[in-house]
Amino acid sequence: MFIASTGSWILGASQGAGHALLLLLRTFLRFPSLWFRRGSIFTQMFLAGVMSVPVVILVALFSGWIVALQTGVELRNYGAHQQIGTLVTGFMVRGWGPVMTAFILAGRVGSAMAAELGTMRVSEEVDALEVMGIDPLSYLVFPRFVSLALMGPILTIYATVIGVASGALVAIYQLEVPWGVYLQHARAAVEQKDVIAALVKASTYGVVVSIVGCSQGLRAVHGAEDVGRATRNSVVVSFVMILILEYLISWAFYGAPEIFGGLR
Amino acid sequence: MIEVRDLHKTFHGEKVLDGVSFQVRPGETFVILGRSGTGKTVTLKHLVGLLQPEQGHVRILGVDIVEERGRALQAVRQKIGYLFQGGALMNSLSVGENVALPLHEHERKSRAEIRRIVAERLSWVELDGIEGRMPSELSLGMKKRVSLARALVRDPQIILYDEPTSGLDPITSNTIDALILSLQQRLHVTSVVVTHDLHSAFHVGNTIALLDEGRIVAMAPPDAFRANPDPRVQAFIQAQ
Repeated sequence: MFIASTGSWILGASQGAGHALLLLLRTFLRFPSLWFRRGSIFTQMFLAGVMSVPVVILVALFSGWIVALQTGVELRNYGAHQQIGTLVTGFMVRGWGPVMTAFILAGRVGSAMAAELGTMRVSEEVDALEVMGIDPLSYLVFPRFVSLALMGPILTIYATVIGVASGALVAIYQLEVPWGVYLQHARAAVEQKDVIAALVKASTYGVVVSIVGCSQGLRAVHGAEDVGRATRNSVVVSFVMILILEYLISWAFYGAPEIFGGLR
Repeated sequence: MIEVRDLHKTFHGEKVLDGVSFQVRPGETFVILGRSGTGKTVTLKHLVGLLQPEQGHVRILGVDIVEERGRALQAVRQKIGYLFQGGALMNSLSVGENVALPLHEHERKSRAEIRRIVAERLSWVELDGIEGRMPSELSLGMKKRVSLARALVRDPQIILYDEPTSGLDPITSNTIDALILSLQQRLHVTSVVVTHDLHSAFHVGNTIALLDEGRIVAMAPPDAFRANPDPRVQAFIQAQ
């Protein structure tokens, strides 16, 4: 029983991964339709990106406060709280900024994509597109893919700046670190490579969230239960993929100098 | 115009189509009758390449759509209008945007020209002036008629109807039947209608076929079909 259910889970996961990878490849091939789909891309950028701004601001604001407060109090015990700018900025730029934004996009946008496309699949709207000679990948997936690949980095910049700024509030008003000192350490904490790594991560996570959401949605065929499963899976799979990729991309930029030495 | 030869299809080990064959001549309205779950919709989906058979061939307008994929299949699909059972309208688009969708995707026409065509097709299905309404505001009968307007928007040579009258009251069913007839007379399109509604079948069909256990067991013009002594045909007629 255990072996059968484990085997079934592995088979399902492999099929899901295969479907998502194939979808990614086939969506890349839709780039010639970029100009024709510009209207849908802007609509998706608004829905996925602009509409996510309030949540991103809120989460980034509290992230900056929490990390500044918790690490700042510890650093003050050692008399090193002047360094808080380095810590908050490094934390936001190198890791949490892109990951936090990607988590928000997975929960808010990727799940909505899975639910929307799943419902369209179940109610034969995707079949209707095919019958009308309209490529569902070009019409449905490609605009979502491009919009998140672009909005991921934009939202990440937003989140990171807000996180660093909110950390400054804690530093100035609770830890009594002068603004100039905070800013000086914050600037020194970031290199060009860090910014490039953050943008690469953000764009990659945007692609992952869109492809996982669309793939899960398009695989729903058996009604409301399947749509619910697709929505739930899109969030879980995206979260896992984001964390795995966070490690791999961080390793590529920071942990593999013999290979990526030029980036350092 | 449409030639289906020895179609076989299995789902989860269960044989749904077991050697379905038929031909539809240009301008003809061919009706496939059968009980629920006998493979009528599956047959129809094979005619537009939404399903692939394990065996057999489907030739539409001279193209074998089982063999063809990609652009060749898309080109054939653009000559076919398909009325889905539930309408399959895009829920995020208004009625006008739904009907205009194939034009926006495939043709270079001005907005004014598209608006004119959309209004005309909606008037053909007796739904003038509802371009701004959303699919969620429509009854099932209206959704089916909007779906029909969308199917007609690019002047198809073939129209496929999947249960056009199912779930509708008798008066709305008669309206849909009258529409199918008037479209055939006005546009001379070739039609395939899948239904279990005997009244509708005899009303619109030039040829009636009965699908039973994955096979066509009877195929004839309406009067000859009624007189067919096959017990499966008579059982279906008596049941209604």
